[in-house]
Amino acid sequence: MKKMKTILKRTISVITLAVLLNSCGGKEKKETKAETKEEVKTTGLEIEKPQLTFGFIKLTDMAPLAIAKDKGYFEDEGLFVSVEAQSNWKNVLDRVIDGQLDGSHMLAGQPIAAGAGFGRQAELVTTFSMDLNGNGITVSNDVWSKMKPNVPKDEDGKPIHPIKAEALKPVIAEYKNSGKAFKMGMVFPVSTHNYEIRYWLAAAGIHPGMYTAENVQGQIDAEVLLSVTPPPQMPATLESGTIYGYCVGEPWNQQAVFKGIGVPVTTNYDIWKNNPEKVFVMTKKFIEENPNTAIAVTKALIRAGKWLDQPENRAEAVKILSKPQYVGAPESVLANSMTGTFEFEKGDKRQMPDFNVFYKYNATYPFYSDGIWFLTQMRRWGQIPETKPANWYSETIQKIYRPDIWKKAAELLVKEGKIPVEDIPQTDGYKPATTDFIDGKKFDAKDPLGYINSFSIGNKDK
Amino acid sequence: MKQSVTVNQPAEAKWLRVIRTFFTKVNIKKPTFNLSSFLKKVGIPLVSIAVFIGIWHLGAEALKQREINFRIEKTLTDQGESAAAALKACFASNESTCQTNTLPSPSQVWSSILTLIADHYVIKQDKEAFAEKTAAVNAKREAAGKEPIVYTGRPSFVDIVITSLKTVFAGFLLAFFIAVPIGIVIGLSDKLRNAFNWFIQIFKPVSPVVWYLLVFMIVKTLLIGTSTDNSFVISFISVGLCAMWATLVNTAVGVSTVDKDYINVAKVLKLGPLQKVFKVILPSSLPLIFTGLRITLSVAWMVLIAIELLAQSPGLGLFVWEEFQNGANDSNSKIIVAMFVIGIIGFLLDRFMLTIQNMVSFNKSEGI
Repeated sequence: MKKMKTILKRTISVITLAVLLNSCGGKEKKETKAETKEEVKTTGLEIEKPQLTFGFIKLTDMAPLAIAKDKGYFEDEGLFVSVEAQSNWKNVLDRVIDGQLDGSHMLAGQPIAAGAGFGRQAELVTTFSMDLNGNGITVSNDVWSKMKPNVPKDEDGKPIHPIKAEALKPVIAEYKNSGKAFKMGMVFPVSTHNYEIRYWLAAAGIHPGMYTAENVQGQIDAEVLLSVTPPPQMPATLESGTIYGYCVGEPWNQQAVFKGIGVPVTTNYDIWKNNPEKVFVMTKKFIEENPNTAIAVTKALIRAGKWLDQPENRAEAVKILSKPQYVGAPESVLANSMTGTFEFEKGDKRQMPDFNVFYKYNATYPFYSDGIWFLTQMRRWGQIPETKPANWYSETIQKIYRPDIWKKAAELLVKEGKIPVEDIPQTDGYKPATTDFIDGKKFDAKDPLGYINSFSIGNKDK
Repeated sequence: MKQSVTVNQPAEAKWLRVIRTFFTKVNIKKPTFNLSSFLKKVGIPLVSIAVFIGIWHLGAEALKQREINFRIEKTLTDQGESAAAALKACFASNESTCQTNTLPSPSQVWSSILTLIADHYVIKQDKEAFAEKTAAVNAKREAAGKEPIVYTGRPSFVDIVITSLKTVFAGFLLAFFIAVPIGIVIGLSDKLRNAFNWFIQIFKPVSPVVWYLLVFMIVKTLLIGTSTDNSFVISFISVGLCAMWATLVNTAVGVSTVDKDYINVAKVLKLGPLQKVFKVILPSSLPLIFTGLRITLSVAWMVLIAIELLAQSPGLGLFVWEEFQNGANDSNSKIIVAMFVIGIIGFLLDRFMLTIQNMVSFNKSEGI
């Protein structure tokens, strides 16, 4: 067929033309840019592995990585870092353990579970805590309209926060009576979100289900069936009706408001004030082979955290995060939570200055007590199937959390005059006991068994 | 081409005549080309493209309106009139906070194309700046016998397309070198064909996702201990294995149905077995083999997206998936851009194969 051939010929010539046009141009600006960049600063540390690849999941709390890269903090340390978005948390864990990623943004529970006997086992270390807070629980429009009448209101008719799961209880009963199991999403079995949504539900007497050694679905005796969905897919999964609500990090709660598919009801700031969230994880092998690189990475991340917690920088941070290679969500969605506010129902925007904490309250320091909270929750819900003695908790966490590396990095930064000396906490790694929870229970990391036994729903230990 | 314009064709459409009278009325010089064949070749596709874009535009507008109406209605019942009015004004002002999340219109897609092209130049400059910045470090590293530092930024859309093309070609070559020899061998022998038949029938319909997982399991174990990024290796092997079946079956069928006369001629000429394959069997089964190869190539291009997405290989598949996850205002239109790029490249690859086929085989065949 001659016709097709001529079309083909024409297309080819058009494409060649386009390619030719492409290859010209774009060379003029080359010189001007190179002059402005100074010589890479020397840090005194000998970097064993300057070319690194770090992973992340598209969430606003990956910000320290994006900032350290975009503001050149990694390059200041002589590190050349690529950051790669990963598809889900399991993938992140596997790729770090297998060595395809040198380090990654991870759920605080992941390195802990990997060292404590739940899921894939490996020796991972946490040298840097990426942020505090930053999650929310969102329910679908339908659930919200049924739940809203049960929520106490102030004189303006706006719901009083924090909204407790008691308001959800009759909705779950209603779904159950009409023959539908109440399903909600969380991002990973050992994620903060799983423990937070369980904590929120259980505080209102709703059973979120148990894990056992044989059954790792975590749905035994459950009134609410929790299942795993990767964070960026949460809004789409909610929209398609597979789940009726979810607990996830930002921007995926604000995205639901923005797209009109769901309503956030509470944040994890209300469930546990200033709770630890994501961490930066490398393998033990990596930090043993590349000790200086590990310190340099931690240094760059601490600087990024400090930059992020200067309120005047948040607008710029939002701009950087909205680039497609980082989080990629629209600026307006990211700005909702990153600039000290949080939008619940469309139009109900509230002040939440501590919604994302990256540096304040020693947020970057990997506290043993934070890690122990995760261990207590793993035991509470049966992910750790057998009773452990009290000293097991502190011994396990000291293998995973490495404040010694954090301290070395911070001391170097003090020497270079980049952070003040007061920013290094004088601590044994344990935060004082706190009652800042939605149910007012007291958490003392030095008495993990007492804490586990204080809950009415969940495993108990002697 | 010398045909006169005034020849009256019965099948001519009315509008064609209108155009022609227009040409004669404004007294344009008699066009030196054949108007009707020109219109047929270029005009009709152009008109159909215009119609397609028109329908698309109308459809996108309708979907957008539907979503806006629903959301305003919802706000009205949930939050009252003032909130609904505010939302309506917000949608009308076309602010970035009030965007719909439905099928993008052609103009949005066009602006995304421009964004992606502009982005390519930004990244190109970035790469050059990076190369200069690391020149000193790299010189030192090379002197010390270490690997040089490579660019750490994100790939541009052009890089993404190139990665995908590389994956497809590697996968296609793999399929070619596995499927054609096996196809010839089992085509030559009835017994072997029966022995292999169950195997082919079972593996042919296996989905790309499963092939990926299978290859992932094997490659990961083979490369255990090394920390290199093997996403490219895994994706091209999966693409190849997934796409090779059409070639395998077609080759086997082509070889087994060679005309008996040709075989007899080979016997008369006392050709050796290898000579028989290359001089007689292959040339006469080429049309079928090429049909198989064309199907293989298009299957390879089709499954590539799913496999790249799973393997996190930085090609078009991952691009589409990441844009879906981003959920930015222009994400949907970028996905449509990728869709068109995938379609156009698939079309060009098929033409390319057809050209080769026509060059090497006796029977000239035409593409559909």
